[in-house]
Amino acid sequence: MTTTDVTTETSSVTAPAQQQGLVIFAVSGDLDKIWPTLILASTGAASGMPTTVFFSFWSLFALVREDVRRTGDNWMQKMVSMMNRGGTRHLKLSKMNFAGAGPRMMRKLAKQHKAPLPGDLLELARELDVRLVPCQMTMDLLGLHKEDLIDGVEEPAGAATALQATQGATTLFI
Amino acid sequence: MSTKTPTVLDLKGLACPLPIAKTAMAMKQLAAGERVEAFTTDRGSLADFPAWCASTGNRIVEQDETGGVYRFLIEKMDKR
Repeated sequence: MTTTDVTTETSSVTAPAQQQGLVIFAVSGDLDKIWPTLILASTGAASGMPTTVFFSFWSLFALVREDVRRTGDNWMQKMVSMMNRGGTRHLKLSKMNFAGAGPRMMRKLAKQHKAPLPGDLLELARELDVRLVPCQMTMDLLGLHKEDLIDGVEEPAGAATALQATQGATTLFI
Repeated sequence: MSTKTPTVLDLKGLACPLPIAKTAMAMKQLAAGERVEAFTTDRGSLADFPAWCASTGNRIVEQDETGGVYRFLIEKMDKR
């Protein structure tokens, strides 16, 4: 954009440098990784950073619609979806999962502390114009289709798209 | 200096990242010079509001605490 030749002189504030973008490569499908990913993404966008989250591998299941129970085109992919139900409400903890009791307790604690749940954060991220880009190759691999995913997700893309967004941006791999 | 009454945001009880996210959304609706008055109870706000203002270029005009409620009066700056 235009270079700044007009500097508003306010004693306490220095105008921020040209706002950097934020790109997060989300690969984990663990609740305790998706959660901070979405917190950082929505905060980045709220701070004026153009933010992109590139979802690959297990993280894709966090984008699966709640009303889609089974995904996959062949028995292997169907098996994956049976054992790894999609949707943010079915994410597992990387430790102390205790067959789902762990995540349930986390949700309870989050509600007590009025901390937003991953599902709320996904909604917030979309409201703040965070780009949610699913990885085409791993979607094919796992038998996921665009219609299995929640609204507001961009067209599936590849590594080149993800890397292009990293130009001059802060990148995180979670 | 703006004389308009600030937009009041009741963010009490909310946890990270909601106070900042909601403030950012409210700020988007404002013109430069207009203000937001945010009330929070999240202790993280104490560090987060100044940090958010530093990265967005907005200005904290007033900040105080009354009985565990933090108040931030923030002015939207003209961005060039």
